[in-house]
Amino acid sequence: MNIVVCVKYVPDAQSDRTFNAEDNTTDRANVDGLLSEIDEYAVEEALRLAEAHEGEVTVLTVGPERAADALKKALQMGADKGVHVCDDAIHGSDAAATSLVLAGAITKATGGSPELVLMGMSSTDGVMGVVPAMVAERLGVPQVTFASELTIEGGRVRARRDGDTASDTIEASLPALVSVTDQINEPRYPSFKGIMAAKKKPVETWSVADLGIDPAQVGLAAAWTKVTAFAKRPPRQAGTIITDEGDGGRKLAEFLSAGKFL
Amino acid sequence: MAEVLVLVDHVGGKLRKSTAELLTLARRLGEPSAVHIGPGAETAQVTLAKYGAHKVYVVEDAAAEEYLVAPQAEILAALVERTSPAALLLTSTSVGKEIAARVAVKTGSGVITDAVDVNAVDGAVSTTQSVFAGSYTVTATVTQGTPIVALKPNSAPIAASPAAGVIERVEVAISEAAKSARIVASEPKKATGRPELTEAAIVVSGGRGTGGDFSPVEAFADSLGAAVGASRAAVDAGWYPHSNQVGQTGKQVSPQLYVACGISGAIQHRAGMQTSKTIVAVNKDEEAPIFELVDFGVVGDLFNVLPQATEAVKAAKG
Ligand SMILES: Cc1cc2nc3c(=O)[nH]c(=O)nc-3n(C[C@H](O)[C@H](O)[C@H](O)COP(=O)(O)OP(=O)(O)OC[C@H]3O[C@@H](n4cnc5c(N)ncnc54)[C@H](O)[C@@H]3O)c2cc1C
Ligand SMILES: Nc1ncnc2c1ncn2[C@@H]1O[C@H](COP(=O)(O)O)[C@@H](O)[C@H]1O
Repeated sequence: MNIVVCVKYVPDAQSDRTFNAEDNTTDRANVDGLLSEIDEYAVEEALRLAEAHEGEVTVLTVGPERAADALKKALQMGADKGVHVCDDAIHGSDAAATSLVLAGAITKATGGSPELVLMGMSSTDGVMGVVPAMVAERLGVPQVTFASELTIEGGRVRARRDGDTASDTIEASLPALVSVTDQINEPRYPSFKGIMAAKKKPVETWSVADLGIDPAQVGLAAAWTKVTAFAKRPPRQAGTIITDEGDGGRKLAEFLSAGKFL
Repeated sequence: MAEVLVLVDHVGGKLRKSTAELLTLARRLGEPSAVHIGPGAETAQVTLAKYGAHKVYVVEDAAAEEYLVAPQAEILAALVERTSPAALLLTSTSVGKEIAARVAVKTGSGVITDAVDVNAVDGAVSTTQSVFAGSYTVTATVTQGTPIVALKPNSAPIAASPAAGVIERVEVAISEAAKSARIVASEPKKATGRPELTEAAIVVSGGRGTGGDFSPVEAFADSLGAAVGASRAAVDAGWYPHSNQVGQTGKQVSPQLYVACGISGAIQHRAGMQTSKTIVAVNKDEEAPIFELVDFGVVGDLFNVLPQATEAVKAAKG
């Protein structure tokens, strides 16, 4: 079974994330980035499935040159090859354009017949959680998203999805697109052997035109949404912090009473 | 006045609170029409009308219940084509966002998710979002197609504004392609008698500091009529169900009051609660990062502080 895993390069959540003042896009140049943590779960799941079903794992990223780091990490974990769609035209793309590029790259990477596409449930920077649904829509394959358990048998996908009001079991046949949550597995760390092996693994770099997509359809100018302003939230007013000296609970209740929460 | 479509968020006809919030907000943009997919529209109609729905489009097709997301997206895309609304509003849950995403691709429209506010500014739909774990506030607009906006629950106080709420039944042919990811089993969440996490005005959460004993957290929550949340550490340890997890990979909540008990305040946890109006923490480590966020903090052992606070709250309530 051939599996494509979409992985995103994101600014490190531990660093101070910000925007570019010129065009209101996420600043990816001046902060350290890494493979979106949730996508590690998708890579891990792909590796396990490939081991069980004799498959090959291709990792795919759409992003600037530095996004190659996200591919590198996935290759070190054990993925077989990488595809990097890297094109200045992509800068500032919204979710719709990103999904267009991803769908095009998946199609090209699989010769038009993907078997299984894996993604993270959401990225750690945008946290929209919409790209998987959009890619499924564009590819016309079943959408099996937010999987916290996954089995694939006899060409059928079965997943558990925990929703707000119920826990559902979803079934579909391959080809399918599956997004995973961080409940699904425990991602492995790259081994020394994995790190050495990754250096020799093939990575192809494609432009938007390579995918047969008109560059005018992507990027900031083509975005269907526009950030009109951004503002750093004023730092919270320093709160009152007390040390419990036997009356901490009562003081807490007084605070709540004063705030009319009772 | 232009129509504004609002997707009704319901479970078998029982409305979730966010629907009334969406209708209230929709009135700022035009004349709300509710879209009720599935059974129970007759029961829902009264409430939908009360909060301003002029029309209630009802689509009853078994496929919308049986298959994930795709059929609902087809129904909404068809209604968008038919009514050319000023906007389409949905609840920003995982399902709501996914439906929004697919309608956006189908209709060539911009989509904004996780909005906390929406307004008409110079004839355009302007949204407010809180990003990067609440450290930035962003305003955005849709520049193409029909503005599709998914709003977080608790984004607006609800206000009644009675309208006709006329039911209009609509048939939409659902394609075979949309009937591909089938919901073969559905296990409803166990009723706890407590409010739903994302809808609650108050949330009390427990973390690793509970050591697995959530009883003081639950008792305090009950004294306040609050929902109970948990950190991922508590969920991973099997102490509390995953459906109660608050954070990046759990629920995003923005209640009036959030109380974190025995939770350190990791960035992934903050991502789910930082937009809460008032934040309180009980933690025995005065260096815990959660204290950077609080309006009120108690450095102390939750097993002492919470029971005392519970008694004091009960006494104050009489
Ligand atoms: C991809 C990814 C996604 C994640 N998503 C989420 C998410 O959605 N939600 C989430 O919460 N986390 C998430 N995490 C995990 C997050 O990084 C933290 O590990 C987690 O939030 C820690 O939980 P905690 O605060 O309960 O535990 P800890 O960090 O161990 O903190 C426990 C706290 O309890 C205090 N304490 C101990 N005993 C007592 C006592 N008797 N009384 C009072 N205080 C006490 C301690 O001082 C400490 O501050 C995610 C991580 C990753 C990698
Ligand atoms: N630029 C990208 N390159 C590769 N994969 C992406 C990209 N953007 C989003 N994805 C995939 O889509 C998932 C959800 O992203 P999002 O909808 O942005 O929260 C991620 O976990 C990735 O698997």
